[in-house]
Amino acid sequence: MARTILDKLKRGLFMTHTEFLEKVGETFRRTGPVEPVYLDQLEEALIAADTGVELALRLVDELRSRVRSGKIQTAEELRPAVREQLLGLLQETGAGPDTRPGGPPRITLLVGVNGTGKTTTAAKLAKRKKEAGKSVLLAAADTFRAAAVDQLKVWADRIGVPVIHQHEGADPAAVVFDAIAAARARGIDEVLVDTAGRLHTHANLMKELEKVRKVAGREVPGAPHEVLLVLDATTGSNGIEQAERFGATAGVDGVVLTKLDGTAKGGVVLAIADRLKLPVRWVGVGEAVDDLLPFSAGEFVDALLETAG
Amino acid sequence: MLEGLQDRLGRVMKTLRGEGHLTEYHLDTALREIRLALLEADVNVEVVRDFTERVRERALGKEVLTSVTPAQMVAKIVHEELVRLLGGETTELSFKGRPAVVMLVGLQGSGKTTTAAKMARWIRDRKGLFPLLVPADTSRPAAREQLLVLGKQANIPTVDTRDMDDPEAIARRGLREASIKGYQVLIFDTAGRLHVDDELMGQLLRLKEILKPQHILFVADAMTGQDAVRSARAFHEKLDVSGVILTKLDGDARGGAALSVREVVGRPIVFAGVGERIDALEQFHPDRMAGRILGMGDVLTLVEKAQEVVDEKKARRLEAKLKKNKFDLEDLRDQLRSVRKMGPLQQVMEMIPGMSGAMPGGGVAEGQERQLRRMEAIICSMTPKERRHPQILNGSRKKRIARGSGTSVEEVNRLLRQFGQMRKLMKRLGKADPRSLKRQLGIRQSGR
Repeated sequence: MARTILDKLKRGLFMTHTEFLEKVGETFRRTGPVEPVYLDQLEEALIAADTGVELALRLVDELRSRVRSGKIQTAEELRPAVREQLLGLLQETGAGPDTRPGGPPRITLLVGVNGTGKTTTAAKLAKRKKEAGKSVLLAAADTFRAAAVDQLKVWADRIGVPVIHQHEGADPAAVVFDAIAAARARGIDEVLVDTAGRLHTHANLMKELEKVRKVAGREVPGAPHEVLLVLDATTGSNGIEQAERFGATAGVDGVVLTKLDGTAKGGVVLAIADRLKLPVRWVGVGEAVDDLLPFSAGEFVDALLETAG
Repeated sequence: MLEGLQDRLGRVMKTLRGEGHLTEYHLDTALREIRLALLEADVNVEVVRDFTERVRERALGKEVLTSVTPAQMVAKIVHEELVRLLGGETTELSFKGRPAVVMLVGLQGSGKTTTAAKMARWIRDRKGLFPLLVPADTSRPAAREQLLVLGKQANIPTVDTRDMDDPEAIARRGLREASIKGYQVLIFDTAGRLHVDDELMGQLLRLKEILKPQHILFVADAMTGQDAVRSARAFHEKLDVSGVILTKLDGDARGGAALSVREVVGRPIVFAGVGERIDALEQFHPDRMAGRILGMGDVLTLVEKAQEVVDEKKARRLEAKLKKNKFDLEDLRDQLRSVRKMGPLQQVMEMIPGMSGAMPGGGVAEGQERQLRRMEAIICSMTPKERRHPQILNGSRKKRIARGSGTSVEEVNRLLRQFGQMRKLMKRLGKADPRSLKRQLGIRQSGR
């Protein structure tokens, strides 16, 4: 595969050479014995990648004690050590697309705060599934944002996938109910549900998601089979709160990391993997409908460290 | 939840008392905590570095007022410096020109389209001017429909540009329409774009030449992390942004991005998006934002939060009791319990003038969870009568309570002493004129 995440990420990241990143890069290029300042720089690099303070401090502390006990002696050993740490965090969660069967119809919910790219991701994911030989139906359950339904319809036309919708302001659970009925009638394999963006601090809007879940579960045993949190790569530490709260009410069991084609590194998924053991399933790397790639922990970590090297 | 700056400083600087000036030693201890607090709030690492340096310069050798601890003193300086960097005063936008053109730019999903409609509404209602909305996001499917619908909901004239696919042509048409029909402010909504996309960034520059906007406002998501600096810098270098709008502040993000963006752009943050409704746009208040970033809370947000969580009936009963100075140990227990539920009483207490100083040994402020539980246990070991009339507590009753709660008589005494002080204070507060109280709170707050 020519277009890996790494390529995409590098494209964005090579355009922002800050003095800071160069300094961190130095750390990785250094040779000889490890000096304390290297570890400080490493800590800053991790924080600058949005891994969160807590995780960055812990990882670097771990390295520090390995240096002290002589297990790490030279600067050349630092990079592989960090790589291994980060990889361990991600792999533990079983990162990559969810292949568990379900349905038919298999129901996937896309949830998240406003503006992370749920609608676009729904379309991209539909295309992926369609290419994998599944019949797909989109459910326009974002009945709140003005013209969100129109947006999804435009996408659905482009990729040739049916979309079930109601009027604006309709009950999202009712849309899901309709979508499931339509999927059944047409013998469709998978239903992708685009929900309205909501801040996790709004309790009543979060309740709405619970209802959507309940209706799906009543209509299809075991549904929703997959609940994806769509997370913007530019998000800072608040991403952890988002994952926590959407996890509790909507039963999120995976993450889609979007907008990775910018300069943001999306390090918050490391903190999320660490704290909540949530796997990243897909990454969004552009505006075109094909710009959704299966998440690969190795490539992600390499890209993250590449920019620092 | 994240630990606020004041708690952090309080914890590490507990031992540093009784010195007349802030010393190098105080500051080294404090700066580490300040750095972590800011990083946890998502302020960019580079911005944090500059900021802590500035705080050091300002704070070194400063006189510590006798009434405060070094920790409070440092927190106060940090807060002041942060307010200053966030822009000091609230900035009022003016609109000049025929029409005055406002151009909204930013990354995808930052909230430009929603903000465009909210701003139009604000300009009409608060400024009494006639705004015209011009949707020019030709990239995102149905973005223009979205603004048309929002415009209709807000009753703001919106140019129907759905049949046009060249933003530059849309710009010219918007200008023409505004001048023919006499609209005073033209709000131009652009497509979200990544700063690394040279082609689209170039387009913004061309739009700028056509529109000659009075304001180019960079719309930034308050939840943004470290990347805020990079995107803001790129937009600013290309377009010379004149102000910033911070969106999604109704969430629980600390919003360190505000400081990062402000530092890079060097122009004021003018608006804050605080909700999904069309009227949920406020002027930006640097002092509130500073408190939020530092996790110090601020009176207004706290009041709002309390309203959300606290049972309103209970709150009213408590208020009545406070007024009549009938606050008893039962109420204190209720409060202790709700603290453990939502956390902020500690902060609420600190908001009350003189409260943190009035609590011996830091009282609630430093006692944390464990002490709260012990206090609760002590109250639970009292009889209802004792709780309502603590004056009947004599030596043997206190001994019984200490045994029952697994504490000591000294602890029981301490609780009673604290309770007595609390009551005295509440008596003062209950009598105070609400306006003067507010003023006091305001002074106290900006003084931190």
